[in-house]
Amino acid sequence: MATETHHRFGAFGGQYVPETLIPALDELDAAFAQAIRDPEFQRELDRLLKEYVGRPSPLSTAPRLSQAVGCDVYLKREDLNHTGAHKINSALAQALLAQRMGKRRIIAETGAGQHGVATATVCARFGLDCTVYMGEEDMRRQELNVYRMRLMGAKVVPVLSGTRTLKDATSEAIRDWVTNVNDSYYIIGSVVGPAPYPRMVRDFQSVIGREAKAQMLETAGRAPSSVVACVGGGSNAMGIFHAFVPDLAVELVGVEAAGRGLDSGEHSASLQRGVPGVLHGSLSYLLQDESGQVHPAHSISAGLDYPGVGPEHSYLKETGRALYVSVTDDEAVEGLGMLGRLEGIIPALETSHAVAWVVKEKERWNKGDAVLICISGRGDKDLAQITEMGLLPA
Amino acid sequence: MASPPATTSSNSITRRFDALKKESRRALVCYVTAGHPDVGRSLETLRALEDGGADIIELGVPFSDPIADGPVIQASSQQALEKGMTYDGVLALLERAKPRVPVVLFSYLNPILAAGPDALTRAADAGASGILVTDIPVGADPAREEWLGASPLAFIRLVAPTTPGARMAEIARHGSGFVYLISRLGVTGVQQTTAASLPETIQRLRSTTTLPICVGFGISTPEQARSVGKLADGVVVGSALVSAAEHGPEDVLKLTRSLREALDD
Ligand SMILES: Cc1ncc(COP(=O)(O)O)c(C=O)c1O
Repeated sequence: MATETHHRFGAFGGQYVPETLIPALDELDAAFAQAIRDPEFQRELDRLLKEYVGRPSPLSTAPRLSQAVGCDVYLKREDLNHTGAHKINSALAQALLAQRMGKRRIIAETGAGQHGVATATVCARFGLDCTVYMGEEDMRRQELNVYRMRLMGAKVVPVLSGTRTLKDATSEAIRDWVTNVNDSYYIIGSVVGPAPYPRMVRDFQSVIGREAKAQMLETAGRAPSSVVACVGGGSNAMGIFHAFVPDLAVELVGVEAAGRGLDSGEHSASLQRGVPGVLHGSLSYLLQDESGQVHPAHSISAGLDYPGVGPEHSYLKETGRALYVSVTDDEAVEGLGMLGRLEGIIPALETSHAVAWVVKEKERWNKGDAVLICISGRGDKDLAQITEMGLLPA
Repeated sequence: MASPPATTSSNSITRRFDALKKESRRALVCYVTAGHPDVGRSLETLRALEDGGADIIELGVPFSDPIADGPVIQASSQQALEKGMTYDGVLALLERAKPRVPVVLFSYLNPILAAGPDALTRAADAGASGILVTDIPVGADPAREEWLGASPLAFIRLVAPTTPGARMAEIARHGSGFVYLISRLGVTGVQQTTAASLPETIQRLRSTTTLPICVGFGISTPEQARSVGKLADGVVVGSALVSAAEHGPEDVLKLTRSLREALDD
């Protein structure tokens, strides 16, 4: 059995779950440890990442954006993966793991719908039964992704409890898992949840940073000076950070959603405005009131609309290794338009937070800087929402 | 690694089980959510549970994200929170109600931690006898488990149908008061049938501990209480009582009485 410290990043993480799930987490821990040491598993994963997902994803130069901010900007193009976001890296790997474990029923939660789509996709590819929990509010905001999931044969279950967003979808997925633990595998969509999920999802997403590190050397002949990614649960950020964590010269920046402003009380900036607490199986920074009740998050982007954050981010914040900042809903929408106009790339609203921060902080950049942004996903899914809000140019 | 064994305080819960044992009776453990549907009616509900013959009351400290609970307890928690219920509010309710039977606080870790380092002694001062935290399994957080185990409250631990034998012993060793056996896979809520594996699970647990065993999750009718009562030292009824509390104290009294009668048959 794994030791309790192996489940943590410093003080953060852990396995705060109902007893029913402990044997399942032990089993997962063991299966994951065995799989990553098995060259056959790695070969199969690499093969599918290449032929099905389309990896390696390109690293693009961004000449006009670079000019606009006054330093070299590089874009790691996870938006070009099959299904349009980084989520499939981990969904694919976990689906392979589920099959190794003999589990043929898959459960997932989704916010923006990108993780749900990625999970529905790999389930179709492997012929697995797929149930996705999604908050009713998010089903409305991300209608296109609901159609995509259903088209691929997944069952999308609307979640009507609480805030009807990602937080409650996650709770409902956990409840399903507790009920069907013997035959079901829960594919978590981010570096959250009880151990071993945060470490496992990070490992499966770390392909982003490994590729980007080599591509930076090839394209720019150097390492980036800063790596910037948006943080919801934190999986694209951990994915691109991980390879750079030991390189102390590389600044790591996570961009949270400031929603209507950090002082408005309507945001998703857990690392900047939360305090450590326990939600969905791990101890991490959390938006909560003095009574320990979870405070509803807000973000224009469904994928960042979450009151918690992955425990490894709490650890990187506490140790000072990473910097956590935020941009508002309005700034994010501007970031989306800007990348579209300057580079012909329409990023997801989540991703737009990272772009917007680099633009907003242009005073901070010097000519010799090389800023690497994780373009975690493409923006097609968001166009209906922002058109409806009257935010697109006529 | 797991924390040291909890202190076996011979508190009111243990005394209650000893008394029941002498009479060859089973414990009726009744769950309700504090502050549901509101504070006034919550007081009346507690009174009805006592009058109806509850041996132990599990008083839910509402949490915004109850992952171990089904729709009925989720809704009651949300309602109680909307009415402003807090940890201190629960303790105040307890002080006003002064139940004659032992009370176990039932909650999740986050609201307990937020209540501060003296949360458990304050609960004992308010009249609580035990605490049950659904999301801190044995070995998950030794420091906080030690805090929970060393307080004046009995620390009630949960065993699941999936728990292997060696771990059952470990869980029982780190708990006090009684062991709460979850009857089936899943969350709280009314079920028509009890798991077929239950007798075997109880037997396995019995061989690892001398603590009383109470079975909960899904038990709602007198018939179910009677059949589970034949196997265990106590039964826990939750969602059905919460639904009754929604209608009023008379319904709570009626259901509690019928459960009591079935159990004493
Ligand atoms: C494109 C995209 N980026 C980012 C996120 C946020 O998740 P994470 O912080 O885990 O990368 C999502 C989540 O739905 C997403 O769809």
